[in-house]
Amino acid sequence: MLAALIGFNVLTSIAELLLLVIGLGMIYGLMRIINLAHGEFLMLGAYATVVSAHAGVNLWVAMLIIAPLFVGLFGLLVERTLIRFLYGRMIDTMLATWGLSLGLIGLVTSIFGTTVRGVSAPLGSFAIGPYNASLYSVFTIIVALLTVLGLFVLLRATKFGLIVRATMQNPEMAAALGVPPGRVYMATFGLGAALTGLAGGVIAPVSGVAPGMGAAYVARAFITVLGGGAATITGSTLASTLFGTIDQVVTFWTTPVFGQVALLLFAVVMIRMLPQGITGRFFRRSI
Amino acid sequence: MSRSFLATLALMIVVLAGLPMIAGLFGLVQATLFISMAVLALSQGFIWGYGGIMSFGQSAFFGLGGYAYAIAAIDLGESTLPLALAILVPTLFAALLGYFMFYGRISDAYVGVITLTVTVILFNVANSTAGDAWRIGQAALGGFNGIPSVPPLNVPGQPDNQLSPAALYGVAAVLLVMVYALLRGLLATKFGRVVVAIRENETRAMLLGYDPRLYKTITFAIGGGIAGLAGCLFTNWGGFVSPTVFGLQQAAQVIIFVLLGGLGTLIGPILGAVAVQYLIIAIGTQQTFNANLILGIVLLAFVLLIPRGVLPSLGLLAERIAARPAPDPAPAAVEARP
Amino acid sequence: MTGVPLLEARGVSMRFGGVTAVDTVDFGLGERELRCLIGPNGAGKSTFFKMLTGQLRPTAGRVLFRGRDITGARPHEIARLAVGIKTQVPNVFNGLSVAENVFVAARRGKSARQARAMVDQVLTRLGLAEIARRIVGQLAHGQRQWVEIGTVLAQEPELILLDEPAAGMTHEEVVRTSELIREINRAQALIVVEHDMQFIRMIARTVTVFNRGRILIEDDVERVLTHQAVRDVYLGKKAA
Repeated sequence: MLAALIGFNVLTSIAELLLLVIGLGMIYGLMRIINLAHGEFLMLGAYATVVSAHAGVNLWVAMLIIAPLFVGLFGLLVERTLIRFLYGRMIDTMLATWGLSLGLIGLVTSIFGTTVRGVSAPLGSFAIGPYNASLYSVFTIIVALLTVLGLFVLLRATKFGLIVRATMQNPEMAAALGVPPGRVYMATFGLGAALTGLAGGVIAPVSGVAPGMGAAYVARAFITVLGGGAATITGSTLASTLFGTIDQVVTFWTTPVFGQVALLLFAVVMIRMLPQGITGRFFRRSI
Repeated sequence: MSRSFLATLALMIVVLAGLPMIAGLFGLVQATLFISMAVLALSQGFIWGYGGIMSFGQSAFFGLGGYAYAIAAIDLGESTLPLALAILVPTLFAALLGYFMFYGRISDAYVGVITLTVTVILFNVANSTAGDAWRIGQAALGGFNGIPSVPPLNVPGQPDNQLSPAALYGVAAVLLVMVYALLRGLLATKFGRVVVAIRENETRAMLLGYDPRLYKTITFAIGGGIAGLAGCLFTNWGGFVSPTVFGLQQAAQVIIFVLLGGLGTLIGPILGAVAVQYLIIAIGTQQTFNANLILGIVLLAFVLLIPRGVLPSLGLLAERIAARPAPDPAPAAVEARP
Repeated sequence: MTGVPLLEARGVSMRFGGVTAVDTVDFGLGERELRCLIGPNGAGKSTFFKMLTGQLRPTAGRVLFRGRDITGARPHEIARLAVGIKTQVPNVFNGLSVAENVFVAARRGKSARQARAMVDQVLTRLGLAEIARRIVGQLAHGQRQWVEIGTVLAQEPELILLDEPAAGMTHEEVVRTSELIREINRAQALIVVEHDMQFIRMIARTVTVFNRGRILIEDDVERVLTHQAVRDVYLGKKAA
């Protein structure tokens, strides 16, 4: 039964990490952009959830609809006003998104102050043998699964997905076929942002919501995306599974902080051995 | 020794020596903070502007230096060895990390992310060291609150003769000048020239028989040591050290110091550090949101308004470096070696 | 060719996934020999070249320099064995001046004073003394190629590998480069990969023709350039 509990916690850890990185993985995997404001997109999703929930909106709607919508639209704005001037300049993009990150933290602090807000996690608990497990974790796992599947279907089976993949591979060709690359980039970035907003909404009930909350997730998210490699979905999934497991196993024996440290250390070592990430070597042709 | 170097050095000495005459004690204490930031900026300016190493985590070595000094000073009761450790510990750590990164053919962008990750790891570890179990000798690491009451530097060999804030300023000023001079000197040696060459074109440097991995690792290690020294000065200034030295805001600040001051020079980062630090204080450190917002806007503006981007500007600035008295192709000119 | 060859490749192959770019090639170069490598696009000569310079590690076979196995050695190790390399796309220090470029090259293994003397020598020899202070990134393509050759010469190599030294040059520059190469060849061995047939005619003695990853023919320049199989290969017909 303890094994079942640990297994469940590992699944939750993987799901949380996956949700955390899938948007970033999309932006990096398809557009090769390192968005250092990722943590703040997350934070915006969390704030969108908390603010609308406190304004009376149903929590599920706030989490699953308002958060991704808000951050997705914001992502579109960011792409049009900032990112699109910096394509091909990786270091400059990193610096600019870092500036954006700082600016957002400053802005949100100005508006909401630094006190931690939150909403309580709904759903309660259930039993795994003699242990208590959170039903909300089950919800998280389901959301993560559905999101990844949905994204896979979107990229693999829809016209939009095909256009996105084609443009990322060869923008000139796509343009020659009548697809405006600029629009595609905008949509992809917006979608990636929306996914991150969703993640922010989902973690809001289990995490304190404060302007600086993103910082706690940024390093972990990045190193997971880099560890995953170029393939958006496969890479993020594999890396999240591997790293999430390590995090949870170490956490079980020590503390969550050391779990994170273990995750980061392992990831750094792994990238040293696989400089292109997991999908740089295995499953190269996957999405 | 080139003329511009001597001129800059002289100016620096004049300003630093003259400051006590016009600034009161409070001004000197502030200046000590500025100097520690300037030294930190020099470390980043050196490895990035000259070595082409895009480290996002110089704060890691800054913090290691600060913590190493604090712990050693508390445990040893005398400050000479702790000062040495504040430089040595980060240097060794940087050498290790550098070896790990550069011998692993990791691309430039990854260097940024990995160094950022390292500083986050250190921040998390430092933050979680609350409680009595976390001690090194008599020094409790203190978790989120850090280590208070760190003994300041004393006259070597005289543990009771601790430096006054004014004397600390003097020491800091001397150290700043020394670090600047040493770096300038280093850049004029064969090692320095190869480092710059590697930054210009790593392939060509390799094809000329130089091993870029070795040069980058050594450069990175030197940068770590200098950042550690800055950390020691910072800890002395405040009398304490806490996990924020490893934090993302500190890491971002160093980048901004160098970007603003001028990538590709040594004096630029110094000026950038002073300017930005002054800006932060002027706005008031209590209202951190303002500092964040402003830092963010500054970074954004800088990246967007330099039309050719940060990196190509490196090329322009490199011309400035190149225009400095290079090895004179005419054999008649003799370059005096420092 | 008598004695231990200066450079030797024994059965070297390069496979990229399913593509065999170079297929079991044997190659030998003598002291102070000048060899040209030619062949149509995709013939494998640049890949072969990169295996000699250490930029690619052969998937099979060995490369030997004076009998010493350098297969898979890193470029900087090979350079230290007195092998000078000029790449297809000029690799020079764009932000540094001409003199500084050559100085960095000359500095390895020499004191600063000796290096400066070498810089003088090289710049004079290449006719670059007038532009010694110019920033290389601002120079014309032909001049950049010469600067690169200058950095190669500054290390006094025994073997010089040149990948398309005449590319993008005006006719006068090509003539000058050919004179330079012949002059260099008086003391040092060279392998030149080239496309420009006129240039080949100016400098070549023995020519090795690559085709489809193998050596089609290796012979005296006149015989090679009039050989029917070589013409066929260049015109796209099936090689004999």
